[in-house]
Amino acid sequence: MSGKLIGRSVTRLEDPPLLTGAGRFAADVSFPHQLHMRIVRSSYAHARLLAINTKQARALPGVYAVWTAGDVAHVPPIDFRLTRVDGLEHYRQHVLATDRLRYVGEPVAAVFADDPYVAEDAADLVEVDAEELTPLLRADQEPGEFAPARRTEPAIVHKEYGDVDAAFRAAHTVITLDLAIGRHSGVPLETRGAIARHDRARDVLELHGAAKVPHWNRDQIARMLGRAPASVQLYEGHVGGGFGIRGELYPEDLLVCVAALAFGRPVKWIEDRREHLIAANHSRQQTHHVHAAVDAAGRILAIDNAFFHDQGAYVRTHAATVPDLAAAMLPGPYRVPAYRAVGHIRLTNKTPCGTYRAPGRFESTFVRERVLDAIAAQLKIDPIEVRRRNLIGASEMPFRRPLDTLGTEIVLDSGDYARLLDRTLKAIQWDGVRQQLEARRRAGEFVGAGIALFVEKSGLGPFDQVHVTVDTSGAVEVVTGAASVGQGVETVIAQICGEVLGVNYTKIRVVHGQTDRIAHGLGAFASRVTVMTGEATRIAASKVRAKAIETAAELLQAPADALDIVDGRVVRAGVAVGPSIALGDIARALAPTANPRPREPGLSAEGWFHANHMTYPYGVHVAVVAIDRDTGAVGVERYLVAYDIGRAVNPMLVEGQIVGGFVQGLGGALFEEFLYDERGEPICVTFADYLMPSAREAPRTEVLITEDAPSPLNALGVKGAGEGGANAVGAALAAAIDDAIGRPGAVTQLPITPRRLRELLRES
Amino acid sequence: MKPARFEYHAPTSVDEAVQLLGSLAAEDGRILAGGQSLVPTMAFRLAKPGHLIDINAIATLGQIGSKDGALEIGACVRHAAFHRPVVAGPLGQLMSTVVRHIAHYPIRQRGTFCGSLAHADPASEWCLVAVTLGAQMIALSTRGARTIAAEDYFTGIMTTALAEDELLSQVRIPLLAPDTRFGFREFSRRAGDYAIAMALVTFRLDGGTIVEPRVGIGGAEANPRRIPEAEAALVGKPAELTTFRAAAEIAAEVVEPMEDMQADAIYRRDLVRAMTRRALEQAAQ
Repeated sequence: MSGKLIGRSVTRLEDPPLLTGAGRFAADVSFPHQLHMRIVRSSYAHARLLAINTKQARALPGVYAVWTAGDVAHVPPIDFRLTRVDGLEHYRQHVLATDRLRYVGEPVAAVFADDPYVAEDAADLVEVDAEELTPLLRADQEPGEFAPARRTEPAIVHKEYGDVDAAFRAAHTVITLDLAIGRHSGVPLETRGAIARHDRARDVLELHGAAKVPHWNRDQIARMLGRAPASVQLYEGHVGGGFGIRGELYPEDLLVCVAALAFGRPVKWIEDRREHLIAANHSRQQTHHVHAAVDAAGRILAIDNAFFHDQGAYVRTHAATVPDLAAAMLPGPYRVPAYRAVGHIRLTNKTPCGTYRAPGRFESTFVRERVLDAIAAQLKIDPIEVRRRNLIGASEMPFRRPLDTLGTEIVLDSGDYARLLDRTLKAIQWDGVRQQLEARRRAGEFVGAGIALFVEKSGLGPFDQVHVTVDTSGAVEVVTGAASVGQGVETVIAQICGEVLGVNYTKIRVVHGQTDRIAHGLGAFASRVTVMTGEATRIAASKVRAKAIETAAELLQAPADALDIVDGRVVRAGVAVGPSIALGDIARALAPTANPRPREPGLSAEGWFHANHMTYPYGVHVAVVAIDRDTGAVGVERYLVAYDIGRAVNPMLVEGQIVGGFVQGLGGALFEEFLYDERGEPICVTFADYLMPSAREAPRTEVLITEDAPSPLNALGVKGAGEGGANAVGAALAAAIDDAIGRPGAVTQLPITPRRLRELLRES
Repeated sequence: MKPARFEYHAPTSVDEAVQLLGSLAAEDGRILAGGQSLVPTMAFRLAKPGHLIDINAIATLGQIGSKDGALEIGACVRHAAFHRPVVAGPLGQLMSTVVRHIAHYPIRQRGTFCGSLAHADPASEWCLVAVTLGAQMIALSTRGARTIAAEDYFTGIMTTALAEDELLSQVRIPLLAPDTRFGFREFSRRAGDYAIAMALVTFRLDGGTIVEPRVGIGGAEANPRRIPEAEAALVGKPAELTTFRAAAEIAAEVVEPMEDMQADAIYRRDLVRAMTRRALEQAAQ
């Protein structure tokens, strides 16, 4: 099918191999003579490392080598990819611990053996001698010592505009809230994996199992190992989920590379689930002390947002990204005339943190919407009405918020927030829902509804590059430096390319995540791919189309403007029968050996798209809950996500993104939390203790996708779809639970566990 | 998460299994039935048995049936066998009600009834059934067979009266009188999770009043057990909400709750109260 493809819910190109068992994930990659790596991890949350005895481990038959920090002393700590802030560089993680152990799970030694069982046997034989130190487990208590003369507060994120203090002096009412968001993270079905091989014949270091940001990781590995970037290549296979945490550069990725170079044998590492839950990035843990100055009508005059960001033991590739976003995105869809955010980045003796789907926004939306609910309760204004009074109007777009994040100024590109709120309330029949709940409450049930509004961000630049090539068979190849973490990149890019070029999208092969196929790429994060790669694809495909038509015009002796491309053939526009020529034949006519020789051989083009600003989709979440007052359990009866993404390239995939994001948000709101005991020992190291919601806990999600506000920043008007489903779940459920128990502001902490809720109920 | 080295044995008769266990128990030889608890524990290397004695090839251990007024359940009978009533009358229905709460469907296809009893997790539904209904455990060793009563069987968290060289070859549960009513309720964070508290109750009605009540509580203490104080509060009383509330309150008071990440003592008492009352209400319906 060609013709109109953008906006259609076509089936995914990715699915046939995945559904027929032909997928190739990291663990499926093996090479002859490979060694298996097993990491010995710290069992101390905080300790002085005295000695590591590897003698017994090395003596085990089948063990090739055991490494400690001294063996990788030439490898620098892993650097930052985003949001570099001065001072953080002293807190980066070395690939193996040097003199201190700072979290349970920190890599201490690496065992290399002929098989993974032997490697694990040997790892058990490595003896770590350490002197235990008191662990620091809370980000909001007094900072401690990271290293001599280095405190555990490396930096403060400070963002401010307007006269905050004057606004508070003039306020009719001041709202004060202390709020906490629990530590949880993305848990992809596929754990991490890294397989390195040094091809000595070509002197190329290959790393398989890459995801998310292969080009950046390639450049970093090259820099850290003192190699030319072209001599390091990363290969992305199928990826079983990303969510922000998968695909960042971690110590294990470096270790397999260094070992493969040193040993002359391929080295394979596959993370097990326990490792994953203690070693891969955690996220989200913040406490906020927030004040809001409001006038008598409930209009916000200023927000003062002080917060403590629990970064864990080291600053990893995301540097200050999460607290930066939490600070910058908190004002959301509201007119906030004055604003101050002071975010304390604090290190603790827990797993280091990074981004997780809607980073900084799941947190700040919870805080902001709790503030709006508190204003409503305190001034006795309906929660919907108080939001309406504060929303930025459609006529104010584009709305410049005097803040920046991720190196871009915040300019809300387009939006009609009030209209989406109206459409949402209509879709869920809000008044009817309220009446039903009221009747049930009178009958003794604990039921309630809550609403939360938010602004997302997507389409982070600064660039994307795409090559589109049509070969002599008429097949189309799109090569991009984007990555697939399962979100449907191939399908969406093929839809855009197919529509522009006039080709059946199933005839389009989308190559991604291969550093040896394209020079540049930024990968897949920040809901950027459909916006950035999509627009670069449109540009490249337009060029190929123009070239095909121009060539065909000569071959068909017809004016170019009379021609169209339909189903891979150039035809006379609007003419049912007549001369036509297949794109493959045009490609043949453009071959370098063709006669006459083409001016510029090849039916191909390159597309570049640059963007200095992000696009800002926005949404509304509505939750209806029933509380079991005896147990504190929360049953989510209904959940609606309304999301305006400008233009949906594939509504089915957008809906999938929203539903998946919602279920992850539900996890963070009600179930998932990485807990530690007082010694800093992680308690949630299996799926019996780390509670992700299953199909039984997730209600059917109602999804309303709207296209009221196309982005003016790209020709298609698209915004990203990845994070709106997760963003406001904590906020909406908190409001619904407050409503159900009849206690405004009762929920101050996520996740809302049955035990905590039962405590609240016992008080009342 | 690769298990440590072990030696694997696959006996084909009960005698052979018992002989092997007798000779290997000292080297941490362990019985492998469904493996749904043991194998993950080995993957985490929390257990490193030197020998695994796989009893799955022993056909007689897969038998289930009623004999002499009791349901006899062999060591290899899977949870899934109870999805439909295994015996006519209330016992079969009770077990098919309870089994739906045990983990997830794939786990129920592999895990065994007797394996749950040998493992003796505080939150095991089958352990609660065994203790509430007065089951008998048949333990085999080279020294012969012995019968252990449920009240003597559980000795602590994941510990039982079974000796290291004893195979739990069968569990016998007395059949319930045809007019026995039952109720089962448990609370867990998610469907299929270990229960934080659960209650199993049975009673009969004689002219509207309760006779022969049994109230079993699981998940709250180190082992499931009957709560005689709560049972006493039910005997001879009308089967109505006030009675149930009173009994549930007593159950909540007399348990000595474990405390963990999911629940402190006060919350577990809340859950015991709620589950007991609801189980009683269910039984009365």
